[in-house]
Amino acid sequence: MGSLSFFRQMLQDVRQQKLRTALTVLGITWGTVSVSLLVAFGEGLEARIRANQRGLGENIVIAWPSRTSLPWEGLGKGRRIRITEEDVEALRREIPQARFSGEMSRENSTFRRERVRITPEVSANSPIFAAMRNIIPAAGGRYVNDLDLDRRRRVVFLGDKLKQDLFGDQEAVGQTVMLDNVPFLVVGVMEKKAQDSSYSGRDEGKAFIPDATFRGLFSERYLENFIFQAHDASATPDVTRKVYEVLARRHKFDPADKEAIGMWDTSEAEKFFAIFFGTFRAFLAIIGSFTLVVGGIGVSNIMYVVVEERTREIGVKLAVGAKPAWIQRQFLAETLTLTAVGGVCGMLVTFGFLAVFPLLGLDEYVGTPQASPLVIATTTALLGVIGMIAGWFPARRASLLDPVVALKLA
Amino acid sequence: MDKLIELRDVRKVYSTGRLEVQALRGLDLEVGRNEYVAIVGPSGSGKSTLMNILGCLDTPSSGSYTLSGEAVAGLDRNRLAEIRNRHIGFVFQSFNLLPYATALENVELPLLFAGVSAKERRERAAAMLDRVELGDRMEHKPTELSGGQMQRVAIARALVNRPTILLADEPTGNLDSASGKAIVSLFEELHAAGQTIVLITHDSGIAKLASRVVRVQDGQIVEDVRAAA
Ligand SMILES: Nc1ncnc2c1ncn2[C@@H]1O[C@H](COP(=O)(O)OP(=O)(O)OP(=O)(O)O)[C@@H](O)[C@H]1O
Ligand SMILES: [Mg+2]
Repeated sequence: MGSLSFFRQMLQDVRQQKLRTALTVLGITWGTVSVSLLVAFGEGLEARIRANQRGLGENIVIAWPSRTSLPWEGLGKGRRIRITEEDVEALRREIPQARFSGEMSRENSTFRRERVRITPEVSANSPIFAAMRNIIPAAGGRYVNDLDLDRRRRVVFLGDKLKQDLFGDQEAVGQTVMLDNVPFLVVGVMEKKAQDSSYSGRDEGKAFIPDATFRGLFSERYLENFIFQAHDASATPDVTRKVYEVLARRHKFDPADKEAIGMWDTSEAEKFFAIFFGTFRAFLAIIGSFTLVVGGIGVSNIMYVVVEERTREIGVKLAVGAKPAWIQRQFLAETLTLTAVGGVCGMLVTFGFLAVFPLLGLDEYVGTPQASPLVIATTTALLGVIGMIAGWFPARRASLLDPVVALKLA
Repeated sequence: MDKLIELRDVRKVYSTGRLEVQALRGLDLEVGRNEYVAIVGPSGSGKSTLMNILGCLDTPSSGSYTLSGEAVAGLDRNRLAEIRNRHIGFVFQSFNLLPYATALENVELPLLFAGVSAKERRERAAAMLDRVELGDRMEHKPTELSGGQMQRVAIARALVNRPTILLADEPTGNLDSASGKAIVSLFEELHAAGQTIVLITHDSGIAKLASRVVRVQDGQIVEDVRAAA
């Protein structure tokens, strides 16, 4: 009478209650699929949106020089503030806990290659710009580097879509394109990235050149904007305050004048997403759990029937010396086995679905739901808890039976 | 003679709704080692009630029960389970075998709860089935056995853990007379080998074979006759 007969007893129960057992297992399967798919979709969507977020850069702040809105030390309001590369140098010197890059741009310069003519946005900036904005060169290429800056080289890094428009499927790196009739060497092409927010068009359609080259070519002094990124995201508000202080001192405006320099702190969105997705995930998990709880009630129900039907057998076992705990363990194990079978079926259905899902081509919109460890852990934990609770009550009832009553002797 | 069983002023009251049934009304009984006691009496007199109490399947409403020197009243469910396992072998009128288990597995059951290893369980259960002459039926399920064979499996199960006493409530009640006789002679052999037996029977022929006949009526012992040895 070892484990063999435990399974035989269970098979016996299953045979006697075929339909009911099947429906019960189905309930657990359905619950498992709901929980795991909901959590998987939640995660996939979150990963998708975060990837889009990252496309712009992680926790960066974009700053635009504008006009003063407060009088300061005898100077009136409405004064235009213009920022130069020297200001950015000063910020780098005085605020070591962040990195900075200025950006100049043009939208009226034409690229020409063979018969193709395009007028994209040209962004001129420094090498760290790429790192801050998650612009990654595809294999075989590189971004603008310090040497390009020092020597004012005429090199260009192309957004992947712009490259496609200019070169099609041909190799671009090492080729020359004409920018307003000046030849530029293509040094790299951007790796395709997801980006859903921007402040001047997506990076995929832009051309990036060294800012020193740009200044020489277009005799431009002033930056269109600059971006910065605190080394530790939590220091962003502190860094922002210091940026206002440094620039206010250099340009003589009120450091409290937020309109003099407009700022967009993308880490604000990050905070929002953290809360939003925390809630979203909990919400999905709760909805899924309810389905699973309903399945659990089904299991509990069938176990009550099983206990009822096996009352006499329980009586026999008690009569020959089974302790209540043994009886309880037996029914608990049986419930957990039923739950586990349902759970495994549910997981298989989920895995199958997740394997097929990417073929539907919806990942761009809802992300790619994955059976991540979190999904599996959440579902397994829920199944375990529900199985334990579902089995506990019938098993307890069985173990508390009176031998005489169970044997129907009284 | 050591006393294995000692009942003192045992009462059992069943209350069903407004009605109270006094199944046992102050019953005293002592059973010594190696006695073979037949309990007889009219239907509804309280024999089964008495037997269930002796077997620790039920508890008296009042009075004391001492089994092998241990006071049974007030013991918890776990201790009662141990007593049933170690001291008592119970044979029922309706066999009460597990339907899906083989004869061997049924006989192993008490050893399982006694914590005996699988190998030893198998050996002892097989030996016991041999003892009741069912060595060739070990892998049979109850439905594949005759009534008499089922009852012999039940007796093997009752004896496998070497109980202090063997209790049997009308063990031949569901059997034809030939099978019944075989069971009765098995009981006689067991008694001869030293087993203490308490048995309920309606059959005066069977009762005559016992070393002592206790007559119960209206929940009381009205007659207690020891056969001249
Ligand atoms: N669970 C119960 N609830 C109420 N009354 C009961 C219960 N069990 C037994 N009785 C009553 O107790 C009395 C004794 O019953 P018991 O089963 O001990 O009789 P018995 O001597 O074994 O009878 P029989 O020879 O027919 O088996 C009877 O009057 C019976 O109706
Ligand atoms: Mg009876």
